[in-house]
Amino acid sequence: MLESRIIDQLKKIVGDDNVATDRQDLICYGYDATQMEFLPDAVVHPGSPAEIAAILKLANAERFPVFPRGAGSGFTGGALPKGGGIVLVTTRLNRILRIDTENLIAEVEPGVVTEQFQLAVEKLGLFYPPDPASLKFSTLGGNVAENAGGPRCVKYGVTRDFVMGLEVVLPSGEIIRTGGETYKGVVGYDLTRLLCGSEGTLGVITKIIFKLLPLPEAKKTMLTVFDSIDGAAKAVSTIIGGKIIPTTLEFMDYATLQCVEKRFNLGIPAAGRAVLLIEVDGDRELIEKQAARIQELIKPLGLVECKVAKDAAESEALWKVRRLVSPSLRDVNPTKYNEDIVVPRSKVPDVIRKIDAIAQKYAIPIVNFGHAGDGNIHVNVMIDKEIPGMEEKAHEAIAEIFKAALDLNGTMSGEHGVGLAKQPYIPLELSPVQIATMQAVKKALDPNGILNPGKMFPT
Amino acid sequence: MDPLKRVENELKKCVKCGACRAHCPAFTAFQREPAVARGKVALAQHLLEGDIELDDATYAAMSKCLLCGSCVEKCPNDVPTDEIVMVARESLAQKRGLTTFHKAVGQVLKNRRLMSFGAFAATILGPLFFRKVPQTSGLRLRFPLPFVGNKRHIPQIARKPFLTRHPEVIAGEPGKPRIVFFVGCMTNFVYTEVGEAALALFRHLGCTVIIPKEQQCCGLPGMSGGDLETVRQLAEQNLAALEKYEADYVMTACATCGGALHKFYPALIGKRHPELAERIRAIADKTVDAAQLLQQLGLHPEETGAGDAVRITYHDPCHLRTRAITRQPRELLKGSPGVELVEMEGSDKCCGLGGTFNVYHYETSLQINEGKSIAIDKTGAEAVVTGCPGCMMQLSDGLKQRGSRTRVMHTLEILARSLRS
Repeated sequence: MLESRIIDQLKKIVGDDNVATDRQDLICYGYDATQMEFLPDAVVHPGSPAEIAAILKLANAERFPVFPRGAGSGFTGGALPKGGGIVLVTTRLNRILRIDTENLIAEVEPGVVTEQFQLAVEKLGLFYPPDPASLKFSTLGGNVAENAGGPRCVKYGVTRDFVMGLEVVLPSGEIIRTGGETYKGVVGYDLTRLLCGSEGTLGVITKIIFKLLPLPEAKKTMLTVFDSIDGAAKAVSTIIGGKIIPTTLEFMDYATLQCVEKRFNLGIPAAGRAVLLIEVDGDRELIEKQAARIQELIKPLGLVECKVAKDAAESEALWKVRRLVSPSLRDVNPTKYNEDIVVPRSKVPDVIRKIDAIAQKYAIPIVNFGHAGDGNIHVNVMIDKEIPGMEEKAHEAIAEIFKAALDLNGTMSGEHGVGLAKQPYIPLELSPVQIATMQAVKKALDPNGILNPGKMFPT
Repeated sequence: MDPLKRVENELKKCVKCGACRAHCPAFTAFQREPAVARGKVALAQHLLEGDIELDDATYAAMSKCLLCGSCVEKCPNDVPTDEIVMVARESLAQKRGLTTFHKAVGQVLKNRRLMSFGAFAATILGPLFFRKVPQTSGLRLRFPLPFVGNKRHIPQIARKPFLTRHPEVIAGEPGKPRIVFFVGCMTNFVYTEVGEAALALFRHLGCTVIIPKEQQCCGLPGMSGGDLETVRQLAEQNLAALEKYEADYVMTACATCGGALHKFYPALIGKRHPELAERIRAIADKTVDAAQLLQQLGLHPEETGAGDAVRITYHDPCHLRTRAITRQPRELLKGSPGVELVEMEGSDKCCGLGGTFNVYHYETSLQINEGKSIAIDKTGAEAVVTGCPGCMMQLSDGLKQRGSRTRVMHTLEILARSLRS
């Protein structure tokens, strides 16, 4: 419990209205999309980097933990205040500071909602590609801290690839800038990349300079159904081998198709065993050519059906199949563990086969879909907590799934991060020396361990 | 039994993904998590577990919901937060008692004799009227309400309520559909012209229109306050009134009333009173919005006669939008001779009225409304048109406070402007 003296000091820094200690507020800032819950001692809503700096200085002086939080939509518990302390919400810092159409960059505060930023730059004919599924509500600060991905990453890269510079409040309370506004820059260590994906353990991001691209003229969407998982996987490597990088290559396995069909009856052919949602973007003429070429390339691979959208409305209808996946999963079992392993894209069928075997071994339904273009598969282990022993079995299954991905030269997380959820599995992927190196960085920047403690590394 | 027990399984469906943050008008205004759907669901879960008090903070959080259903529409897990909030309010009301305002609402709503023009005006619109009454006035003592401001523009109350103007059955052509008109309080007492327009349009189509005299308030103000016993009584009276004559449809010209009959009666009353469930379901299945029905019955707007040229914009009432009634009114309006429909930015955004939300959180309600007023005026439209008398009152208030001269009209008024009933 924080002493009331400290609460008073926090109120002095951010104002009375921006410190909440009612149990109702603590509950509402104690969860995220993992469905874990830990109540903080207070919730603080600072309005400026200077206020954040003052809070972190106070935290060092008084030794209380600070947990930075954006929209609280993370999948690994990165923002959860395990062990108590204060939740520091960055959503009041929500201005787009500038969009520079000559240098194709933008500077924003961390609380800006991802989609709002995308719409703002698109109005000027510019493009910010990273598109995590939560983009309508996630914040850019959270996206950077978790290094968020999304379907478009296969062509454009992840959040990190668009971050040119940051302003960060270090755990000590000092404010620094990293990187800058120039595409080139090699002076000193690349702290910007270190902070991207650091999950709020190394600093609180207060400004972000993003790189932007020109907005592609058009896009073309195709929904392709294959008679085997191998056909779909082969399609991915054939398309890319054919020198076309689609904007998205979204994949759904048979278990996923069954879920969606059962609930929404979309008319996917019965012979379908896997679906690829393919989208290309660019100049109008170019994408027509690319779409035609893709159809040629995939035809011999057991293609059962290929629907090509003629306009935006038809494109949206095709995307609907993908969007309905999550809502239909609940029919399988009430609780899902949503893992996001990555393997080299050619290894997707291998890992799916291994996962199917794991599902059978533990008798737990596992549904796979996701970003086949970059080998990032969302593995949904569906359980019913009411069934005794199922939860424990699920954890064993998840460990095996991670091992399977690692055996294929993959990683256990492509975009969700580690946080609390994957913490126990970290030694599967990182060696003791790797972990010690990372912890040395953490220790150097946060000697008192006040910023988002107890995350990422095994405790 | 704690009423929240009834929605225990619904509460479990929420995975706290945060999707509601993008759609909740209350969250957009308050910017704090207890105001958003998943926050309220979390609080309801803790209420049920008994580890939070029914104190002011819980009360405040649960009051910050407009019952617009936007979060439900967009929820990947179909969590019915609107229903959960009403049940949470019921739970709060049972344990703490109804608020002064809701007590007064309940008293009037369930007493048929009181549900007269005067009572409606004084009580339902009372808090709104009294915003105009000086702080020092003795009249205020009769309404010791904490939420009486003095800025609000109140619509004029009709001299003669709609229900007293017409016979119960207005016969149409044989073989044509028979329609029961569920009028609703706002149309009955304030926007009677909407009722007249509905009558004119359905008579133009040759329909028999039945306007049962015994019909009551739909009860949404009661649901909104957690007074579900009052709502049950009203629902029973309404069922009896609506079943009195054989009919093909139950038609509403008020999005909120339609939402109540179509969605909230089955969800809130049908579930807890199984003896009424079947009748409630039958009425719910017959309930259609006026514009939806006009299109379904093949109204050709061009045949209703040309009106003056008018540039309009359309506002989607939440309780039509969440029932997927967005296309029908637009198509009818566009077909009406002389009408130019210009879309505003964010036509699907809530107007901010939210039943009694507007009484408890007037300033926030106006704040939500402000963006709407700006978007309306940006279109250069002479009139903003919508399908809900509740929205009409709120839009009108917002526009007047900004000094805008844009008129507020109902879809049916535009369609019927050259018809005489």
